[in-house]
Amino acid sequence: MDAWYFTEMPYPHLPPLDEITTMRVSLPSKLYDPKIGADLYNRYLDEYMVADDEGLNMMVNEHHQTATCLDVAAPLSLAILARQTSKGRICILGNPVANRGDPLRIAEEMAMIDCISRGRVNAGFVRGVPYEIFAANTNPTQTVERLWEGIDLIQKAWTTHDEPFNFEGRFTQRRAINLWPRPYQDPHPPIWLTGSSDLEGISRAAARGFVFATFLQPHAKVKELFTAYRASYRLNGQPGGGGTAFMPLVYVADTEAEAEAGMKELLWYMVAKTEPQYRNPPGYVPVDFNVKALQGAYSGRTDAMRSQTLEFQREQGVVMYGTPDQVIAQIKRFYDLVGGFDHLLMMMQAGFLDHKRTCSNIKMFARDVYPAIRDLARTKPLDLPAAAE
Amino acid sequence: MAEFVTVQGMQIEVERRGAGSPLLVLLSEEAAYEGSSPFLAELAKAHELIIPQAPGFGRSQRPDWVSNPDDIAYIYLDLLDKLGLKNIPVLGMSLGGWIAVEMAVKDPSVFSKMALVSPFGVKIGGPFDRDIQDIWTLHPNKVAELKWYDTDFNKRDYSSTPEDEVAIVARDLESFARFCWEPYMHNPKLKIRLPRIKVPVLFVWGDNDGVTTTTYGRAYSEQVKGAKFVSVPKAGHYPHIEQPAAVLQHVNAFIG
Repeated sequence: MDAWYFTEMPYPHLPPLDEITTMRVSLPSKLYDPKIGADLYNRYLDEYMVADDEGLNMMVNEHHQTATCLDVAAPLSLAILARQTSKGRICILGNPVANRGDPLRIAEEMAMIDCISRGRVNAGFVRGVPYEIFAANTNPTQTVERLWEGIDLIQKAWTTHDEPFNFEGRFTQRRAINLWPRPYQDPHPPIWLTGSSDLEGISRAAARGFVFATFLQPHAKVKELFTAYRASYRLNGQPGGGGTAFMPLVYVADTEAEAEAGMKELLWYMVAKTEPQYRNPPGYVPVDFNVKALQGAYSGRTDAMRSQTLEFQREQGVVMYGTPDQVIAQIKRFYDLVGGFDHLLMMMQAGFLDHKRTCSNIKMFARDVYPAIRDLARTKPLDLPAAAE
Repeated sequence: MAEFVTVQGMQIEVERRGAGSPLLVLLSEEAAYEGSSPFLAELAKAHELIIPQAPGFGRSQRPDWVSNPDDIAYIYLDLLDKLGLKNIPVLGMSLGGWIAVEMAVKDPSVFSKMALVSPFGVKIGGPFDRDIQDIWTLHPNKVAELKWYDTDFNKRDYSSTPEDEVAIVARDLESFARFCWEPYMHNPKLKIRLPRIKVPVLFVWGDNDGVTTTTYGRAYSEQVKGAKFVSVPKAGHYPHIEQPAAVLQHVNAFIG
């Protein structure tokens, strides 16, 4: 199993939560102090370098118009890591293809960073969470169509080397596509895709051999998604077992009490305040979810898990914390419950968690937890011929 | 009586109701609510109403390629051809009013008269002006205040509504966003095309409409030569729902 260090680069220095109605989309930027922001950017990048020194892989993502994430251009942070780290792989999870609207620019950026990092890039694509719709003004009923058209075009651009080609799709039209540079990895960086409930999307990801990642979901749901992924992967005749990734919040410390205190700080991310209209724009989720919403039984994709107790979240695997032995046990339990998985994506810094404790969390995980889970078998192939290999 | 008519490869639900001279009724985004409204019931006493459901609304199909009211206008023009209707009056409300305008600029002879209740469709100001309030970005409580004079009209209780009917409401909301998200509630070309409309046009507006204010409504009406503008007190963006009697009076006097 591979482990990945991740922070959303939060800006936690906000007025008391009862004085603001939302941390996302419409929070005025007069509440952002560029000097504090400068310190935070540099500190967060330093922490990625610590993770690299300690032997972890690194993952970045992006969000917009939100105090929960100052990384508004993940290709930029990925490019910095390409130069400033040297050992671990660097994963962008991901490029919001639908919201950025220019798939070929993404293809170029990924190819360039892949070359700079000498092939350490994992290129992820995401549809984007609901509140991202507002910053990009993407039609929320079209993000899936835009995402897949963009991915198809990016893959074609990465793998076409002989002459310019034409693309006249629904959302992008270009007549002389000829990517320079081409990616360092051949045929292109491994592609990752996120998902949370859309089984059709998971099936499409598996059919193309992408790694499938899901964040902060209860173990029963993760098992359902991973099972769907593996079944589709096998049905489509892809080699091996594919790749699955899961992201919990992770905090490791000498004592359980210390770890619990650290986890409670990470939970700042889970309680991020958001006005209701940003949680469920029309058409983002299928009609049957919105039937429940109209009947008052659904208020957004992640609302239910975010409002649960710490104990419940720990039982579900959404948060993992404790002494190294406890965290090892929690990872192995989760691994068994979901039928195995390949990549542990760890949000190890959030909210006010300071530099010292973030580094302590990274180091203790890398030294005392990672060695015990590193050799957990990669996702087992379900088909016999592949299993025999 | 609802029937289905196949137009441009999709099934469009069409209801015919009442007796009298034909009147095409193009529903707003509140289509599910309007269907059983006192307003339409009263209107059906004087006219035979032809009430299509837009693609993605009611039980009409919604192929992926249908993107905006411009597409729907062509679909409805074909629908009227199939139904053998030409040169009839139209009543269009909000989104339905916008679609009626799109139809009229494409085929100036399709309607004999046009009654438009707070239609969307044009942009009046510059890029930094917000002509139409953003019902999808503002807090739902604020949106309710903008839409209604009496916000009790915004309260909907679906707890005992059959699931298939709630599903229609949910799909209507989704389709509205699909067609009107960007450009937001307008077609940048529509204002330029408005002079093509030569038939009598009545604009009906709610005095208290906060989504599209009377200032917007008057400016819209001034783009259509000879158009008449009337406003209705104690009514927001859906005056035909809040003040059906007052709107009926204006519409009946205009259409005859």
